[in-house]
Amino acid sequence: MSALLEVEDLRVSFPTRTGVIEAVRGVSFTLGRERLGIVGESGSGKSQTGRAIMGLTAEHGRISAGKLEFSGIDLINISKAERRALRGNRIAMILQDPKYSLNPVMTIGRQIIETLRTHERIGRSAARRRALDMLAAVQIRDPERVFDLYPHEVSGGMGQRAMIAMMLVAGPELLIADEPTSALDVTVQLEVLGILNRLVAERGMGLIFISHDLRLVSSFCDRVLVMYAGRIVEELAAGQLAQAKHPYTQGLLNCMPRIGNDRHPLPVLDRRPEWAL
Amino acid sequence: MTTPALEIDRLSVTFEDFVALKEVSLTVAPGESFGLVGESGSGKSTLLRAVAGLSPVSGGTIKVDGKLLDGKRSKAFYRRVQMVFQDPYGCLHPRQTVDRLLLEPLVIHGFSDTETRIVRALDEVGLGSGFRFRYSHQLSGGQRQRVAIARALILEPSILLLDEPTSALDASVQAEVLNLLEEVRAARNLTFVMVSHDLAVVTHMCDRLMVMQQGREVELLASADLVSGNVRRDYTRNLLVASEGFQRPA
Repeated sequence: MSALLEVEDLRVSFPTRTGVIEAVRGVSFTLGRERLGIVGESGSGKSQTGRAIMGLTAEHGRISAGKLEFSGIDLINISKAERRALRGNRIAMILQDPKYSLNPVMTIGRQIIETLRTHERIGRSAARRRALDMLAAVQIRDPERVFDLYPHEVSGGMGQRAMIAMMLVAGPELLIADEPTSALDVTVQLEVLGILNRLVAERGMGLIFISHDLRLVSSFCDRVLVMYAGRIVEELAAGQLAQAKHPYTQGLLNCMPRIGNDRHPLPVLDRRPEWAL
Repeated sequence: MTTPALEIDRLSVTFEDFVALKEVSLTVAPGESFGLVGESGSGKSTLLRAVAGLSPVSGGTIKVDGKLLDGKRSKAFYRRVQMVFQDPYGCLHPRQTVDRLLLEPLVIHGFSDTETRIVRALDEVGLGSGFRFRYSHQLSGGQRQRVAIARALILEPSILLLDEPTSALDASVQAEVLNLLEEVRAARNLTFVMVSHDLAVVTHMCDRLMVMQQGREVELLASADLVSGNVRRDYTRNLLVASEGFQRPA
């Protein structure tokens, strides 16, 4: 399997008044057309890893890498314009909360068409047709109606479907999903994951699924990277969660309350300084 | 029979034309831990806020320790009943130190031994006096939620209303905060009413719980019923299945 994305020794740091904060400290992995999960708690660097690949690191952040290649393109050294041409077209990103990440003053349909017309020469009516097809593909029952709605007029689940439609309309090869369902109710969460699951399989995309929820990620992905303090501490095949070796991964698994497994008090994570070395 | 700590009878809450809560009744015994579960819009937080006097009640009654609550809550009520909110980033005053935050309820209720109480409250939530003169932005999410719990406990209430106290926290921090809540409940024999969207958290923390949907009661269960799968309504069953995570279609 040829690699879609190769990351070698990726580092992201932010200079602050009190010194440099190293958010990502030497992350390496390769991604084929598969689903890769990145799991960690807040501050583990999981989102910054995704943002660096997408090219959305904050202006003052510094990125360095031995290698950061997307299907043979060196992402570190290309110009901003070349980056922009990739972003939304061949690499797309789904964000956590549709309430904050969709444009509030533009209808959902116009936002989808905007993505499409940025990257393709396509006529108005053809673009509209593509957008409507895409809305239907994310199982929105009445695409014509939703097309003309503003983001505040739809529910969270509907908004997240619209965001998935928007991100997939240009047919990306790599999709980065940063906590795509964390803002949704559990039952809606499952519907959205089902849609994402089907589309990723049908279109043969590579997927990076970033989340704090180890169980959710391992039920959805083929492979899981566990991050702590900016580094990968463990890589697991999704089915092998129970065989996790690193005490951090084990701790994360154990500290969740589970129905039918009554433990009082809950085991807590005993964070060891050597994990962060 | 002892007087229930909290007795709610056919409570309704309406915002203009929207019925957020429709004729919900429940009883919580003293020292009991009661859970409210549901998805967004189910009315679970509205119910909790109605008890605290923060929702416009349009019908029904609320009794605390057998006393009917009517209109504006008295000072004595807030000594008995305190609330912990969901968002540890939004519920602490950004320009006040932890010391000032904890002092305010003491001053309002005319306590004199403020110094010892503040020190004790911080100790009780496992923060220590090193945190006393910090601002909330100098604390992590879990530490902030501990301050919010200390602020609620400092008046020595008997009922604690918990509105999703851990849903903004990481799993490992959630475990710490849940353990802390259980400790203080055991130590002070507190009554808990806890709202959460997470069935596992509520089952862990509560003896009994009510599943809610669209402002109504779906069913009333003992936590043991959830564990054994002894649920009567399809909605609850769906929630149970969903809480187990994503199942890839074969």
